[in-house]
Amino acid sequence: MSWASERDVVVRVRGLSVGFGRRLVLENANLDLYRNEILGVVGGSGSGKSVLLRAILGLVPRRAGRIEVFGRDVAALDLEERRLLERRFGVLFQGGALFSSLTVAENVAVPLREHVGLTAALAAEIAAVKLALVGLDPAADGRKYPSELSGGMKKRAALARAIVLDPEILFLDEPTGGLDPIGAAAFDRLIQHLTQTLGLTLFMVTHDLDSLVTICDRIAVLADRHVLTTGSVEELLAETHPWVREYFHGPRAARFFSPDALNRSG
Amino acid sequence: MLEAMAASVIIRAEEDRALLCPSGRWDIANAAALDQRLRDLALPDRPVRIELDGVEAMDTAGAWLLVRTRRRLSARGLAVDFAGGKPGYHILLDQLEAAGAAAEPPPPRGAAPLADWFIRIGAATASFGTGVLGFLYFLGQVIVTLGKTALRPRRLRVTAVFAHIEATGVSALPIIGLVSFLIGIVLAYQAEVQLRRYGATTAVIDLTAIAIMREFGVLLTAIMMAGRSGSAFTAQIGTMIVGEEVDALRALGLDPIEVLVLPRLIALVISLPLLSFFADILGLFGSGLLSWIAIGINPTLFTERLANISITHFWVGMVKAPVFAVIIALIGCYEGLRVSGSAESVGRQTTRSVVESVFLVIVLDALFSVFFDVMGI
Repeated sequence: MSWASERDVVVRVRGLSVGFGRRLVLENANLDLYRNEILGVVGGSGSGKSVLLRAILGLVPRRAGRIEVFGRDVAALDLEERRLLERRFGVLFQGGALFSSLTVAENVAVPLREHVGLTAALAAEIAAVKLALVGLDPAADGRKYPSELSGGMKKRAALARAIVLDPEILFLDEPTGGLDPIGAAAFDRLIQHLTQTLGLTLFMVTHDLDSLVTICDRIAVLADRHVLTTGSVEELLAETHPWVREYFHGPRAARFFSPDALNRSG
Repeated sequence: MLEAMAASVIIRAEEDRALLCPSGRWDIANAAALDQRLRDLALPDRPVRIELDGVEAMDTAGAWLLVRTRRRLSARGLAVDFAGGKPGYHILLDQLEAAGAAAEPPPPRGAAPLADWFIRIGAATASFGTGVLGFLYFLGQVIVTLGKTALRPRRLRVTAVFAHIEATGVSALPIIGLVSFLIGIVLAYQAEVQLRRYGATTAVIDLTAIAIMREFGVLLTAIMMAGRSGSAFTAQIGTMIVGEEVDALRALGLDPIEVLVLPRLIALVISLPLLSFFADILGLFGSGLLSWIAIGINPTLFTERLANISITHFWVGMVKAPVFAVIIALIGCYEGLRVSGSAESVGRQTTRSVVESVFLVIVLDALFSVFFDVMGI
């Protein structure tokens, strides 16, 4: 990927604080997301990874701080500008968040119907293409309801919905969570593939060490209520913070981050 | 960037082939117009080269339109290739070419209205049949579990029973009280208007008291409970099914009937008669108050007349309350257990639970009336 050559910041988070009740989840968090990179966001359970994602999307109110997307402060946008901005986002929620009253094909076509004035036939065609792109069978799987799908198929269907408008930034909340290793590896390849084909920028919350090594260009570590550090796998291996050391040098990580393993994955 | 900018496509004929030249922004904002344009275009009958040099931007929707055109031409046996443009376009086109082979959209819903209509009738009939059978099966399960619990009373979840009595009974007191009070007033007022013509205004007391005690107190309470608690039972159990909590219970070796259904059933059987009694009192109070203010029957006369009314009327009303409670609790729990995996299903079953229990309560009430009439009570 070419993120190093063109450091165009698409999302800039400065001094972000988010809290619920008396508990502060994020305090003074800073983060940059560069165009065309795949950023992995890691952190312990409850460290605020999903909250950071939701704050950028504007789904949770923030206590303080500034979030700029494509160089514009999101707080200053009016409703119409916000709507246009949201069209440039694609989001894959943890549980898929497919609408249970619609079939898979209709779910994927929702953004097409709501945001672009396409004919029903063309919208159905494009939805079918997207389903095929994520490896689902549009004719057979497209007519099913979300409750009839397996976990992996739900993720794929939700990914198809997330990319249906060709978003510039794709937010993924634990895309490989709950998938078997083979399914997870296939999903990683799919994401990487789509990123290259569609020229996406990815913000990916994950626990999956495999994903971090294979597809992420850069990793942001959340701990102590802020973004502790960002960098490539190699840079984070040299980090001295206890949590980061534990994460990248723990028994599970050793297999991935040994110099040997890193060479294999390139 | 999302405003529609010009995008178009033209065909140029060369000696031995045709050039298809798309230009402008081939993105989703222009997709509808481009789709129309491609359909209107007279497609050539010789090999085609699609020349991408004029394309300023391309996304999946735009690329799909080109891939689709290529597939149409290929289907007619014409050779088609892509040339020029940015390298990224070709990656996208190749991807969609591969995906396109599988991209057959499912037929839209409601494409065959008549067939759909018959399918719906058939499905509704089948669902009614399985619903009735399933309810009988469920009823059997509940009776067996109830029997087991009667033999070993320690298994009864007393805390849950009291929690449900509070939720279905105590917190329903204000609304049940208010509704019964107002019904008492309305009833007494209507009775007075009619009876005054015959100069029998004091009969208002007998009429309203008997109507409230025999029918309105318990019927209104039951209908309110179906809407308030029966629906809550369905939604609670249904949401637990969606969240796999009921499966978790089974996996832990716990019987959902024992854990979820029995406490609700017992709680409602206790709280609904008590609420009916409360409704009777408030209804009588309402009619007494109106008789005093509007008709001038003072409270002493009212209570005297009331004391002369046979207590049987009160018991006729009260005896129905536990029966209604069983109906409401069982249907609420049964419809909750029939939820299948989605939020929409929770809503559907909740509606069904309320409709069915209100319907059955009223049907049963009518049967009770016939029964008491035959028995001369």
